[in-house]
Amino acid sequence: MIRLDNVVKRYGDTTAVDGVSFEVPTGEVCVLIGPSGCGKTTTLRMINRLIEPSGGTIEVDGRDIMSARPEELRRHIGYVIQSVGLFPHLTVADNIATVPRLLGWKDERIKPRIGELLELVGLDPDEYAGKYPRQLSGGEAQRIGVARALAADPPVLLMDEPFGAVDPLNRGHLQGEFARIQRELKKTVIFVTHDVDEAIRLADRIALMRDGRLQQYDTPEALLDHPANKFVHDFMGADRALKRLGRVLVGDAMRTDIEVARILDAGDIDRDACGDARFVYLVDGNGLLRGWVDCHDLDEGRSIDDAVTEIDWREASVAPDISLKDALSTMIGLGFRSIPVTESGTLVGSITLSSIEATMTSSDSHITQLSGETLSSEEPS
Amino acid sequence: MSAPAHMSSRGWWPTALVILGGFAFAWLIMQQDLWASVLGQLFPGARSPVYPVPLVDLTLQHLALVGISSGLTILVGIPLGIWVTRASGRDFRDIVAAGVDFGQTFPPIAVLAIMMPILGFGLRPAVVALFLYGLFPVVSNTVAGLEAVPEALKDAARGMGMKRLQILGRVELPLAARIIMAGVRTSVIVNIGTATVAAAVGAGGLGDPIIGGIQVQNLAYVLEGALVAALLAILADMTLARAEELVTPRGLG
Repeated sequence: MIRLDNVVKRYGDTTAVDGVSFEVPTGEVCVLIGPSGCGKTTTLRMINRLIEPSGGTIEVDGRDIMSARPEELRRHIGYVIQSVGLFPHLTVADNIATVPRLLGWKDERIKPRIGELLELVGLDPDEYAGKYPRQLSGGEAQRIGVARALAADPPVLLMDEPFGAVDPLNRGHLQGEFARIQRELKKTVIFVTHDVDEAIRLADRIALMRDGRLQQYDTPEALLDHPANKFVHDFMGADRALKRLGRVLVGDAMRTDIEVARILDAGDIDRDACGDARFVYLVDGNGLLRGWVDCHDLDEGRSIDDAVTEIDWREASVAPDISLKDALSTMIGLGFRSIPVTESGTLVGSITLSSIEATMTSSDSHITQLSGETLSSEEPS
Repeated sequence: MSAPAHMSSRGWWPTALVILGGFAFAWLIMQQDLWASVLGQLFPGARSPVYPVPLVDLTLQHLALVGISSGLTILVGIPLGIWVTRASGRDFRDIVAAGVDFGQTFPPIAVLAIMMPILGFGLRPAVVALFLYGLFPVVSNTVAGLEAVPEALKDAARGMGMKRLQILGRVELPLAARIIMAGVRTSVIVNIGTATVAAAVGAGGLGDPIIGGIQVQNLAYVLEGALVAALLAILADMTLARAEELVTPRGLG
């Protein structure tokens, strides 16, 4: 648990953070967001005392952060920054081992931990442990950055725009992976970003700041549907319905009752493959998605060639760990009413416009429920 | 954990080459007779083709002079460079920079002249002059190397709970090592040449045959001292270039 109580940071005459209070329950992700200069990064950096607060109290798991030496405090709080900050002169393994070594862990404890963490962030330990940072791609470096922050298993994680320097496609993947890791580890996370979509996707609660003051602290749904003031309303944007789709993962909304016909060659397809189904997906001998048959077209008497669409799964399918919003945008881009969901080319389900509509309706009812228990939010004064 | 192939500069053979060069140089300066016959042929008019003090002695004197002054330069210069990049010394950064800059622009022969009345004749004024003269590249490269360490790395190190000395020792110095070493190399090479001037105040070394040769108008002496000093500088350059490669952490390659 992280608790901020009336936290203030002054630099001379200017007040960067002005009386901010909020509480992040254990295991939840709090996203700090706001326009640049709003004090979100300053707030984050006060929690591990990279910036000393001028007033107020901050507690991490019930302990006042001022009660320990700053170095001691920081070794028990994971820290990830935008530029990753991997030490270029150390291997991936030594980078990850940084905090465990500071804590005096024995080598026989550190070594298996490095392998464990690399697997957690989806990198092969044998391949990556001995690499140097300059041999990594941006996405890989950011994964190592997260692994390094988690090395000593800190209960609390501070992330300062961790995916800000990554291209949009990779950012989506990293967000998906972060969400997966977080489901597994249940850390208490404070995550700074300026990207509203990222906040909506990852946050259990969003703390929206402006000019050093907290504008609203609540669930993403509540910020979208019950903004505390005009600033919150404007900042969250007009496309609420779409933004809400950013909260739902393709994997959670997809249909899995799909018809699959295994083919070796497009010429092998015949009318019998359809049965009662509307669409039948075509999968090749390696299990990779190759296209689909529109059975409706066949029923209407069109030729097989007209009814078959052959595709490259890399372009015309979506991954289960992206948001419905991104999936919708891909569908619109391709002009599809339905899009297959694949994991490395293997078909796992499908998303249709109607299933997206259904999700929007059900999340509306979800929001109606939530609005009854809207959490404390501060009005600007 | 395999090193990439292009890091072959870390093989044993460049080091072996440097050691071999050292042996060749040592052998060469011990061949007093060889020098006498070669210089004798080049300067048939010279009364005596080699300086009366054996080359080995002159070289050892020179090495002592360079060793002591460069040693002091490094011992003072690197900590000075570190200090002015810390919070406690940052205010002195410009003063120190100006000071060491002045130390190098001031001609060493003038420093010798000024130091003589204070420190007398011999090794001491020479060491002081050479020490001051060599300080600039060491201090400025130490500062440049440390300031080139990205702020984000220091931030990450601090955020993970490293103490100030740990950040310096584990992050800043390893990353700055190559640039600092390049400063040391420049300083030492320049020192080897400049140290010949020290013979003017009786500090000995390879400047002795040069200055002595000018006085008695014997060019064989001058060539003898200059040649060995030049070879010594080349050898030092090779050695320190190799050291530069060895202090560079692998990941920076």
